[in-house]
Amino acid sequence: MKILVCISKAPDTTAKIAFTDGDTKFDEAGVQFIVNPYDEWYALVRGLELKEANGGSVTVLNVGGADSDPIIRKALAIGADDAVRIDADTTDALYVAKQIANYAKEQGYDMILAGKETIDYNGSQVAGMIAELMDVPYVSLASKLDMSGNTATIEREIEGGAEVIEVNTPFILSAAKGMAEARIPNMRGIMAARSKPLTVVPASDATSATTIKGFTLPPAKSGCKYVDTAEELVALLRNEAKAI
Amino acid sequence: MSVLIYTDSSNGALTKNAFEAANYGGQLAKEAGTEAIAVVAGSASGLEELGSYGVSKVLHVNDAALDNFDPQKIAHVVAQAASTTGADTIIFAHDYTGKSVAPRLSAKLDAGLVAGAVALPNGNVVKKAVFSGKAFAEVEITTATKIISVLPNSLDKVETGGSAAVEALSVELPSTGITVKEIKKESTELSLTEADVVVSAGRGLKGPENWGMVEDLAKELGAATACSRPVADIGWRPHHEHVGQTGIAIRPNLYIAAGISGAIQHLAGVNGSKVIVVINTDPEAPFFKAADYGIVGDAFEVLPKMLAAIKSL
Repeated sequence: MKILVCISKAPDTTAKIAFTDGDTKFDEAGVQFIVNPYDEWYALVRGLELKEANGGSVTVLNVGGADSDPIIRKALAIGADDAVRIDADTTDALYVAKQIANYAKEQGYDMILAGKETIDYNGSQVAGMIAELMDVPYVSLASKLDMSGNTATIEREIEGGAEVIEVNTPFILSAAKGMAEARIPNMRGIMAARSKPLTVVPASDATSATTIKGFTLPPAKSGCKYVDTAEELVALLRNEAKAI
Repeated sequence: MSVLIYTDSSNGALTKNAFEAANYGGQLAKEAGTEAIAVVAGSASGLEELGSYGVSKVLHVNDAALDNFDPQKIAHVVAQAASTTGADTIIFAHDYTGKSVAPRLSAKLDAGLVAGAVALPNGNVVKKAVFSGKAFAEVEITTATKIISVLPNSLDKVETGGSAAVEALSVELPSTGITVKEIKKESTELSLTEADVVVSAGRGLKGPENWGMVEDLAKELGAATACSRPVADIGWRPHHEHVGQTGIAIRPNLYIAAGISGAIQHLAGVNGSKVIVVINTDPEAPFFKAADYGIVGDAFEVLPKMLAAIKSL
């Protein structure tokens, strides 16, 4: 079973969100970058579990510059066999999806796994775009994935509930909570990661479709209004906030 | 040159988010001086009601093959409808369906997608939430055809009145290789992502046996119940109630949090709520900084008193 897991570099959950260059760029000063949690906890770990049960390989893929290498090594330390970095600027989701699809369509993967969204741009876009570009089924927001031969049984979230579906390889899946439990790399994994292959491939020709013009922060909350009694609170919710 | 809106249906009826998408598309079409046209896939009734949000026409692809959710088929239907109507802007709700279909359509049409819009576009520039609601980005779509998916509960509803004309549209569907085996609907419960009011509780409630007061208050308010991550992880509440960064993100009008300290990961899932009420015994709980109203007090006393006060309104 040949598995590709797409990983993004994302600012740590607790990072301070600020902008520079006239509010057009994310301020990376002092920010710790991590493997996007949904990619790591759910997609990568489930990929590794399937490999351990069925044999095969897990390759991690990142689109980005050399500043992505530390998070790629982290994924290798958790247990991926090898890594590919497509050396391109992540200009927008469609551009990134085209880079991945152009590379992956020559490689014969049985499945491509990614997290349900990144915690920075929250788009939930790239995996679905790759699926369309490669003309394969896309199963979004999956919480369970089991393989039997070439057939996957997948549970996924839909409006108002969940559904269980079957699909044959190859397919593309975005992973949500429930898929797997996070793994912490051990010392052996960290040592082994240093010598695992990380192949850098050049960007392919592709166009993007959106450009970020600037960022704004939400208006600060005017502050919490403290009240003493439940009765007072209910009256304010009814008469002032008009929320009940 | 028109605005096409994908309006999603579930169990034969349009969803709440379908009307949100129609509301966005209707207002956009009115501003641009063009027509708003909706497209519906699968069996559904009550479609003319979309007219009350400015939709003039509904294209209904009433094919039983679309009754089970398949994003590849829906993307095909919307692409066909866009081509039939000559639409240059396509609207989705940024919900489970929109997240599955809009990216496919974007790649299919090579059209720029802004996912999670919170306001009407300004020219080709659309404002969207980023960094889990901690900031907004202004994103310019540089392609001729534009796709926008709208974050639920982000645009005030403008009812125009009126009824939409429903027309049948026939689309040849591709075979896609996905077979639905089972559908698990949580039909007895109010969907957490669609609820206007959410009552949520955390470890401060000390044990699953104490959730009755949360459920009672929620029932009285017509609200959905939610919980913090630790509570779902130790099994006091089901995982599908977990709101926060790793659980689900919600944007209700009113979010009431009892016995939740307000870790940054929890806030990331609820900071889009219009009004936040925090009840916590610890005056230093970080959640108070994000709250609109706060009571420093014991949920065991405050929640039953709130219920009594609401009943006597």
